[in-house]
Amino acid sequence: MTTRQHDASVYEEIQTSERFRELRSRFRRWVFPMTVAFLAWYVLYVIMSGFARGFMGTKLFGNINVALVFGILQFVSTFLIAWAYSRHAARKLDPLADELRHEVEEKTAA
Amino acid sequence: MRHETLSTILFVFFVAGTLGITFWASRNTKTAADYYAGGRSFSGLQNGLAIGGDYMSAASFLGIAGIIALSGYDGFLYSIGFLVAWLVALLLVAELMRNSGKFTMADVLAFRMSPRPVRTAAGVSTIVVSIFYLLAQMVGAGALVGLLLGIHSEAGKIWTIIGVGLLMIIYVVFGGMKGTTWVQIVKAVLLMTGAALITLLVLGKFGFNLSSLLGEAAEKSGKGQALLEPGLKYGTEAQGIAGKIDLISLGLALVLGTAGLPHILIRFYTVPTARDARKSVQWGIGLIGVFYLFTLVLGFGAAALVGGKAITEQDKAGNTAAPQLAEAIGREIFGEVGGTILLAVIAAVAFATILAVVAGLTLASSSSFAHDLYAHVFKRGNVTERQEVVVARISAFVIGAVAIGLSIFAQSLNVAFLVALAFAVAASGNLPAILFSLFWKRFNTAGAVSAIYGGLVTSVLLVVFSPVVSGAPTAMFPDVDFHWFPLSNPGIVSIPVGFLAGYLGTILSKEYNASKYAEIEVRSLTGVGAEKASEH
Repeated sequence: MTTRQHDASVYEEIQTSERFRELRSRFRRWVFPMTVAFLAWYVLYVIMSGFARGFMGTKLFGNINVALVFGILQFVSTFLIAWAYSRHAARKLDPLADELRHEVEEKTAA
Repeated sequence: MRHETLSTILFVFFVAGTLGITFWASRNTKTAADYYAGGRSFSGLQNGLAIGGDYMSAASFLGIAGIIALSGYDGFLYSIGFLVAWLVALLLVAELMRNSGKFTMADVLAFRMSPRPVRTAAGVSTIVVSIFYLLAQMVGAGALVGLLLGIHSEAGKIWTIIGVGLLMIIYVVFGGMKGTTWVQIVKAVLLMTGAALITLLVLGKFGFNLSSLLGEAAEKSGKGQALLEPGLKYGTEAQGIAGKIDLISLGLALVLGTAGLPHILIRFYTVPTARDARKSVQWGIGLIGVFYLFTLVLGFGAAALVGGKAITEQDKAGNTAAPQLAEAIGREIFGEVGGTILLAVIAAVAFATILAVVAGLTLASSSSFAHDLYAHVFKRGNVTERQEVVVARISAFVIGAVAIGLSIFAQSLNVAFLVALAFAVAASGNLPAILFSLFWKRFNTAGAVSAIYGGLVTSVLLVVFSPVVSGAPTAMFPDVDFHWFPLSNPGIVSIPVGFLAGYLGTILSKEYNASKYAEIEVRSLTGVGAEKASEH
């Protein structure tokens, strides 16, 4: 803990570096719009379940109606987003994060 | 053999096995990181299972299956909220929190703020949320075990609550996070296997034709096609516009609450790296998603094969729908003995489910008491690790005892709303504080404290003055009426209030620490200085 002062300046230096800003923007540019998208998709589903019951009750085939398909699609989108995020993270975030981590660790160890 | 006897035998096996694990874990629990975070040495898959075990409560197993059996589609709405919520945890919280925290939710907030006020607020909120949730689970356990084991006397219910409470205390006090995690893993495996088995049998019975299952369910439930559409339980046409807004309010609390539940958040600390935290949430999402698809079949299967009338005769809320279905399908396929065995298995799985969840909640609240309130607020950090762990164990014992007492007192009251309230507080107080502190440079102590207390107080007050506490036949106190807030779920008001309070608190205070923000931002995104797994 005695190196706190020293560490702080290292962190500020990294924070303003080109590569860290790249990492942050790769992270935020993926995660923020996706969060807005899945929340909007979910809220649409909840609102339709409250206010568009006629439509939700429309039968598509046999006893399978729009409500059930819409609900299952929420599962599908959740699984797909989780999978897509791990792909994005492994390809675009992890290598850069590792690089920066080694750099900070070298600097703070010195 | 009666199914109660067989259930009891199976349950005794589960208890013996998990107690064995607990004592093994207690011998490997030496440091604070062992006690609070299981040595941070669980794999992504193990922690993913434990996340499932922690999250899939009796309310979501028996409760959702029961709602689907009696009110149809609306139960599915509940599970979708519970599932989508995990994307908030995956994308915004899990990894960053693993990288910047240590043992509790408050660690992340205290990182760049004035520690004492922030830890006090986060500690209070953690304990309040966990105890609300715990009470709902334990009162539910008393009623449920009574139904499943055929114990209908008051004394029987009280002894059930005491028994569940004592086991939970033993798991947590001796096993710490390591023991609790293993109990949750075992439970998750049992629950998934049991639910998968019944689901397959039910689907098989209908020739794997979902449409004919749904048709049969609609017919036998006595509700007709309405069973397959939203609107029988939440926001019914009779409740008018307020009911529909209440539905949206519930939806918001469910989807935003999970990532603010302290007992869920501390699970991210049990793995060695942020990447394992990511993997564990992905496993969790897979398990929980598949499980909720099973409950859809279980619920509609119960409506089709047991029927609405036979379910409500056992339990008005439908909590016994899944066990009744197990008996019905078992009897139909394997004869009388098969029915008894399947019923006993599902009943034993239900007890295991309750135990794993209450242990997780007790651990979260006692950890926060010891680490946040005792070590950092009362003692200002002047305690040894050993002392802190001793205090954590004592507080697990005390919180467990208090929870037993409160549950016995509350057992004749309708406290099912406490789960929804816990989600509302988590979404309105904890989530804004966590998100602002991870993503907003300007955020500060006043902002964090205002967000947490603002969200907590607003949610609790709105619920106290809502129809779930007074003024309705199903209320906690049905004979009095002091309600003025029309909704049962406060989320639609309290969540914006929490975020707004966090914003106003921040901009009205001058405190701003750029270098600490630099540190948490760099650490959370790169993993520099993250707590390492302990070596054994």
